[in-house]
Amino acid sequence: MPESIPSDSVGLVEPEKAHFSEPLALDCGLTLTAYDLVYETYGRLNADRSNAVLVCHALSGTHHAAGYHSREDRKPGWWETCIGPGKPLDTNRFFVVCCNNLGGCHGSTGPASLNPETGQPYGPDFPMVTVHDWVVSQARLADRLGIERWAAVVGGSLGGMQAMQWAIDYPERLGHALVIAAAPRLSAQNIAFNEVARQAIRSDPDFHDGRYQAQSTVPARGLMLARMLGHITYLSDEAMRAKFGRDLRKGKDDYDFHYEVEFEVESYLRYQGRVFVDRFDANTYLLMTKALDYFDPATAAGGSLSDALAGTSAKFLVASFTSDWRFPPARSREIVRALLDNDKDVVYAQIEADQGHDAFLMPIPQYRAVFGTYMQRIAREVGA
Amino acid sequence: MNAARIRTDLRIVSDWITAGARVLDLGCGDGGLLRYLHEHRDVTGYGLEIDPEKIVRCVDNGVNVIQTDLDQGLSDFDADSFDQVVMTQTLQAVRRPDRLLDEMLRVAREGIVTFPNFAHWRLRYYLTVLGRMPMSGALSYRWYETPNIHLCTIRDFEELCRSKGIRIMERRVLSQSLREPVLADLLPNLRGEVALYRFTRPAH
Repeated sequence: MPESIPSDSVGLVEPEKAHFSEPLALDCGLTLTAYDLVYETYGRLNADRSNAVLVCHALSGTHHAAGYHSREDRKPGWWETCIGPGKPLDTNRFFVVCCNNLGGCHGSTGPASLNPETGQPYGPDFPMVTVHDWVVSQARLADRLGIERWAAVVGGSLGGMQAMQWAIDYPERLGHALVIAAAPRLSAQNIAFNEVARQAIRSDPDFHDGRYQAQSTVPARGLMLARMLGHITYLSDEAMRAKFGRDLRKGKDDYDFHYEVEFEVESYLRYQGRVFVDRFDANTYLLMTKALDYFDPATAAGGSLSDALAGTSAKFLVASFTSDWRFPPARSREIVRALLDNDKDVVYAQIEADQGHDAFLMPIPQYRAVFGTYMQRIAREVGA
Repeated sequence: MNAARIRTDLRIVSDWITAGARVLDLGCGDGGLLRYLHEHRDVTGYGLEIDPEKIVRCVDNGVNVIQTDLDQGLSDFDADSFDQVVMTQTLQAVRRPDRLLDEMLRVAREGIVTFPNFAHWRLRYYLTVLGRMPMSGALSYRWYETPNIHLCTIRDFEELCRSKGIRIMERRVLSQSLREPVLADLLPNLRGEVALYRFTRPAH
C-alpha cells in the first residue's frame, strides 16, 4: 500500500464469503449442489436499498475491485481507477458489490476447490459455467444481501457481457446496464486466440489432464504462455510502441544473438506471465475462456441480438475505445444497434484512447467524465 | 430549461415538433433541445453527436445520445423509425448535405433543418465590400478553422429541395440575434440570418 491511503480510495477492505446450499443447475446440464461466492463491498447500502451497484469482473479479474487488503499490499483492487469516493462509481453515494465468479480461483468455488463427493480438488471435473450461470449465482448473492434491484450492473469486457446478460435474464432487477469494452459475442479471431491460450495450457506436460494439483505441480509454462498471448491482445500496437518500442533491456546496447530476453517487450511479457502463474489457476483460465466463447445471447434468442434484447428494461450505457482491437467499437455498435431496433434507452460513447482493450481499466479523462456523469444521473434517479 | 430560456430558433423548432413524437436529433449538441422536448412535449428519441465534451453534457441532461459521425450516414436506423428528424445548425458542417437530407427522409417522414443563410446582407457586405470571408454571430469561425464546409443560401437550399422533390411545409427566417424580423417574407434571402425549414418526403 502507498504510505498513506489516498483520499479517493476505499482504503482497507476485507472479502466476505457467502455459502449457498441450494443446488444450482448449470447450462452445461450439470448441477453444483453447493458453492461459495467470495465478494467485497464498498460504500453503504442506503435505507431503501436503492443504491446498490454490481461490478462484474473480466477474464482474470477477482472480487477485489478496489482498496487494499493490508498495509503491505503493493497494489489496489483491479478497478481502483473507477471505484472510490468521488470516482465514477462513487462510494459516497453507491453501495458497490463485486464477487469472484463461480469457477474462479480467488475464494469462490472453482476447479481448485474440494469436490465434496470425492474429497479431492475438482480439477477438470468442475462443470463448465456460462455467463448466464454467473448471473444466476450473482442474483442469489443479491438475494442474500437483501438487494431486490441493482441501481446498475457494470462491467468491462467479459464483465460487460455479464451486465448485458443481467438485463436479459432479470429485466426487473436492474435499472441500468453499463456495458464497457464488450462485444455481443466473440468473433472467430477472438475464439482463435482463446484456443491458442487453452492449447498452451493443455499441452504443458505439467497439466496432467487438469489433475496437476494431485501431482503437486502446476502447468506454469502453459499458463504463462496463455497470459503472454492474452496480454498482447489487451494492448494496442500503438501502446506497445509507446511503452517498449524496440528498446533493449537496461544495460544492453547491442544484440547478443541468443534466445534469452533481449527486448524490453519480451521482458515485460515474461514478467506478466510469471506473476500471473502465482495468482491464477490454469483450470479456471480454461473455464473462463470457454465462458467467453459460449457467450452468445443472439443465438440463444433464435439468431438476432435485437430479439435477445427485446425484453430488457434497463437503460444502457455502451462504451468502447478506439484502439481496442479485441472488442473494437464496431462490436459495441452492434449492441447499440440492437437496442435502437427495440427503441431502448441507450447512451453510446466511443472513447478516444490508444491503450487498446486495457483502456477500460485506465484513468482516461473522457471515459471518467462519461462514466461518472452517467453514474451521477443514476444517483439522482435512485436518491443515492 | 424553461420555455423562456430556450433560444428563439429552438422554440420555433419545438413548436414544429408533434407532442409525443419520436424524434432523432442530428448533431444534438448538449442535448438541450431533446431534453426540452422530452420535458415539455413528451418526446422520446435519440441524439447523435460527435463531440466528446457535448456527449458528456448530453449524459448530464439525461438524453439518449449516440456518439456518431453523421458523415457515416444513418445506417443504424431503419426506415421510418422516427416521426420527425431534426438538424439544427449542422447541415453546413457535413460532407454531403444532399445525401444526409435523403437519409433524414428515409428514417422519418418529416424533417426539420436550420442553417445560417450565407446570403445574409452582412455576409455579402464582408465579401463584396471588405473582401473578407464572412463572419457573423451564426458563423463565428475564421476561414481556416471553420467546420462549416458546405455553406448555402436560402435559395440554394430551396433549389436543392426542388431538385429532390422534397416538399417544404414551412419556412421561417430569423434576423440578427435570432429575432423574427418584421415583414419576414420580404427579401428573406437578404435579411434572414438563420433559416428554419420543415419539410417532408416527395409524394409518390
